[in-house]
Amino acid sequence: MTAVIAERDRVLDALSVVRDPELDEPITTLGFVSTCVVSAAGDVVVRLRLPTYFCAPNFAFLMVADAYDVVSALPAVRSVDVALVDHFAAAQINAGVAARAGFVGSFAGEAAAELDDLRRTFVQKAVLAGTDTVCRPLIAAGIDPVGLTIKDVPPSPELARLLRRRTELGLPVGPDAPLLVDAGTGAAIDGAAAPRHLGLARLTRTGIEANTGICRGMLKHRYAESGAGEEEQG
Amino acid sequence: MYEKNGEKYFVVDSHMHFWDASPGNWVAGAEQYAKGWIECFHAYQSLAPKETHWTIEKFMKYSEDDLMKDVFEDGYVDVAVFQPTYLKEWYKEGFNTTERNAALGEKHSGMFVHNTRFDPRDSDAGLEELKRNVDRYGSRGVKLYTAEWNNGSRGYKLSDQASYRYLEKAQELGIKNIHVHKGPTIWPLDKDAFDVSDIDHAATDFPELNFIVEHVGLPRIEDFCFMATQEPNVYAGLSVVIGGLMHARPQFFAKVMGELLFWVGEDKMTFGSDYGIWEPKWQIEGFVDWEMPDQPEFADYPRLGVDGKKKILGLNAAKLYDLKVPDELQLKDETPAAQDDSKLVAS
Repeated sequence: MTAVIAERDRVLDALSVVRDPELDEPITTLGFVSTCVVSAAGDVVVRLRLPTYFCAPNFAFLMVADAYDVVSALPAVRSVDVALVDHFAAAQINAGVAARAGFVGSFAGEAAAELDDLRRTFVQKAVLAGTDTVCRPLIAAGIDPVGLTIKDVPPSPELARLLRRRTELGLPVGPDAPLLVDAGTGAAIDGAAAPRHLGLARLTRTGIEANTGICRGMLKHRYAESGAGEEEQG
Repeated sequence: MYEKNGEKYFVVDSHMHFWDASPGNWVAGAEQYAKGWIECFHAYQSLAPKETHWTIEKFMKYSEDDLMKDVFEDGYVDVAVFQPTYLKEWYKEGFNTTERNAALGEKHSGMFVHNTRFDPRDSDAGLEELKRNVDRYGSRGVKLYTAEWNNGSRGYKLSDQASYRYLEKAQELGIKNIHVHKGPTIWPLDKDAFDVSDIDHAATDFPELNFIVEHVGLPRIEDFCFMATQEPNVYAGLSVVIGGLMHARPQFFAKVMGELLFWVGEDKMTFGSDYGIWEPKWQIEGFVDWEMPDQPEFADYPRLGVDGKKKILGLNAAKLYDLKVPDELQLKDETPAAQDDSKLVAS
């Protein structure tokens, strides 16, 4: 029994690296994992749920496909059954992910390309939002973030998270890399462009946080029970 | 009209509905979509104060009496703008059509503005229907839902050639205001359906039209704000912002308001209750009482005073729809409120 629980934790751990691309948060803490069951023989069943029946199908597909991939990659897993429930496109998404058909294959005639560009756009937003998260305490302490390099910023979980997102995009993350960079090109942002950049960073963070707040509220209305690995936030 | 602390507010509910989502109106074979849609709306209502929640049964089909009481009698609204959403692939008679709205509105002269809608995928027949509706109901605005399903298509963009043809026709017919509501599906599905850049194109190419982006582009507030700074004819429709955040997430509400005041400005923000999702009463009372929190993280945001609240709750929309505002409800220092006058003077 203990072994089975440990296995379940191992799967939940793996699922915690899967993020909602729009909200930039793990699907576990958001409460999107409704079921996570692991048998003694290593058969894994994961069910995912979303705040509404009509959540955007492209983001839903990414979460299901990513969940499938991280669980499949675990050692000692014999079979993987990952499926989205209560969603208008669930049948298409689940069949496509199980068949590893890709997004275009899963939505024949409805999609022109895979979702790499879409994912990249949202990691760029996450970098902007993360820039605000790191810069706000600096500004509050009277430190101007313009012209700083990474080594000038005290280590923090927020900085580590920002650097992880920058790494995903291939943006510079070394100690001498500028703190403020264009999320698309990696070019340093300074001078007259800096106030606008910081303004957009704050705006982007506000947008993502507001969106997350609404999604959490909708999910709570839809499902009374907490998700596996969910953390309630005020 | 709402009165608080000696100040009187002219209230225009610029975004509200009179729908029938009851099972009797569901299209056979599409029941899951009809049910899913209204349940999704009902979940939004859960973000309001508990005492204003409805049962799903009432929520699916509320009565004329409910609407008149909630919006006008209890809800302080002077003029309400019907925003139709058809969804005829899911609802037999449509979810909330121009005709259904008008059947109610025509019983109450002067209390409603009857907007209509179009779908650029409806070809010439749609253009004729648009003309009939404008002639019949005197529509000065349209509501567009870009993710509507139509004969196998899952949505459209405002920048599509067909959309431009419709916008040209709408303008020719005297339509002034284009209310845009983004949804989750649009071809191709690999693109971000909530992206607002198509509105940016249309707003640039149709400078005589006003584009009111409903729920301020949520979930893409950042893209919306950035666009609105560059397009003088783009407005922020506050439906969902007040209803969805003010009670449930007051800290986020304050930040979103701060960003909108900073990037868009109080002259281009319009109140809409999104009734029947949310009743206007608590939204108007709460909004008039609301102040930017006095905490360091909000220190950079512009403040919203009584005049700004008057503009947002009604005077801005009154200007967009040429509604007559009693003198005592105009701003004290300047009449009328919105910014178009400064431009007229300047030119």
